[in-house]
Parts: sequence; structure tokens; C-alpha cells
Amino acid sequence: MKAAVIVFPGSNREGDMARALEQATGKKPAMLWHADHELPAGTDLVVLPGGFSYGDYLRCGAIAGRAAIMDAVRAHAARGGLVLGVCNGFQILCESGLLPGVLMRNANLRFVCKMQHLRVERSDTAFTRQYAKGQVIEVCIAHGEGNYEADDATIERIEGEGLVAFRYCDAAGVIGGAANPNGSRNDIAGVYSEKRNVLGLMPHPENLIDPLVGGIDGRALFASLASAA
Amino acid sequence: MKARVVVTLKNGVLDPQGKAIEGALKSLGVAGVDSVRQGKVFDVEVTGADAASAKAQLTAACEKLLANTVIENYQIDI
Repeated sequence: MKAAVIVFPGSNREGDMARALEQATGKKPAMLWHADHELPAGTDLVVLPGGFSYGDYLRCGAIAGRAAIMDAVRAHAARGGLVLGVCNGFQILCESGLLPGVLMRNANLRFVCKMQHLRVERSDTAFTRQYAKGQVIEVCIAHGEGNYEADDATIERIEGEGLVAFRYCDAAGVIGGAANPNGSRNDIAGVYSEKRNVLGLMPHPENLIDPLVGGIDGRALFASLASAA
Repeated sequence: MKARVVVTLKNGVLDPQGKAIEGALKSLGVAGVDSVRQGKVFDVEVTGADAASAKAQLTAACEKLLANTVIENYQIDI
């Protein structure tokens, strides 16, 4: 598994992401700058980390979504290569057209930073094969604009094609109501591309890989990726 | 040539910031405000032979970056 992490001006979770990837794969990922034009030869996985790329000016992820390196990321995804975007990385994937929909301001207008339960919607993808379908995991969220929205036809399509990766839920796995921290449509916390080789999610699995910080429920995602390629 | 681009949320898209501003106006006692939607204004200097070509350039700017057409509409005034 050869991973590359793209760093944009304003990214701030790239270190956590690199640690999680190294723990799972035994290899340090390549760190790439947004102005680069090519991925290292043989890259299996491209990761867009969290943060505030370009200060979130214009819209979250809008300017990063058009950065020079994104053409290479789009080509990699079109070839079937794996792409993971977390938090601001998810926003960048939506703005770049690699995933449908958009992340809007949280419905309650508050920045939320807390532990959050998620339901794993399927366990047959490169990202989740080491989880069980329907498994409830606990990771953390930290975002002001994580309210997933798309038009009705798009929501119907992604639900119909099984492209919802994770939903916000409570400890018992029940979705809806107070278990939804930001107003996302259908409690959506993460979405796959059509071929399920691109995943964007708002929560931060890379921060739950060490018991020291309160849990290791994020490890299985990176272990799944490590065994995928 | 000076142009102004206004980007607004499409009808039906929840605008929590607009709602908060609407609530603040009501609490300030401003009468007659039924609802508020927040948008963005871009004042742009364009080099173009005529208004039509400038408008074409700005349409490209809106489609490529200034607006997210999933949730936003845009209007160009030259």
C-alpha cells in the first residue's frame, strides 16, 4: 500500500493522517504539496486531510478543489485508484466534483467538537472490510460545515445505489433526532463515489487510533485500506 | 469594465445564517422583515471587447469557481 497525503495551505490534520497510515501500513506516506502536478508512481491511495484549506475562503474546499494537484487526483480516481477525504478533505471532494452534494453550515450554526457514534452502512468496500455491516463505532467530529445536502434526485440515487458509507447514530445505532449533530440529510456522515473507490466523511477516524486518546475505532478503516492494495 | 456578480442560495436550500440574521433583526425590533437569505457579492474588473464577451468570461468564472451550482444561483450585472 503506497499512500500519498496532499497538503494544502491551511491543512492541519496531515500529521494525524500520516501517523494513522504509517501505523496501518508500516510505511510513511508521501506528503505532497497542492501545487504539485503529479502523484508518485505506484500510488494506491490519495488522502485529503482535514483543516481549513485556503482559509475556507469563498466556500469550504472550493479553492482547494481546483488546485493543480486535483487534476492528478481526478485521473487517479478515474483509473479506479483509492481516494479518502476527511472533514475538509470531504468538502474538497464535493467541490472538486469527485463526490456528489455539498457540505453546508451546520443547521444549528454551531461548530461541533465531540465524540460521535457512526453506523457503518456496508463492509464490502476497500475502506470498511474490517468493520461489520451495521457496526456502531465511536470517533470524533470537529466541524462547522458538515451538514450534507444534495438535491432530491441525487439523494435518491446515492441511497438507491448504496453509496452512503456512514450515518450519524446514537450508542445503540439508532439514527435521527439528537444523534444527528449537524442537520445532514438522511443522517449522512460519509459518501462513496459510484465505483466506491472514493470516500468522503466528516468524522476523523485518524484521531481514534491510539487508546491514549480515548479509543481505537478508527483503526479498522486504515487496516482495511492497508489490506486493499 | 466593472461588473458585479451576485451569488445566492437556491430556493428551498436551508440557509441557517440567513435565519440567524432574520432572528437578530426581529430581536432588534426592525419591523416588516419576513425573511432573510444571505448571499455573496463579487465586484470584478473585467477586460473584454464588449459586454457580451465579458459576460461570457464571468459565466465561466461562476461555473468554475464563484458559485456551487448544486446549491447556488448566480446573477451577472455589467
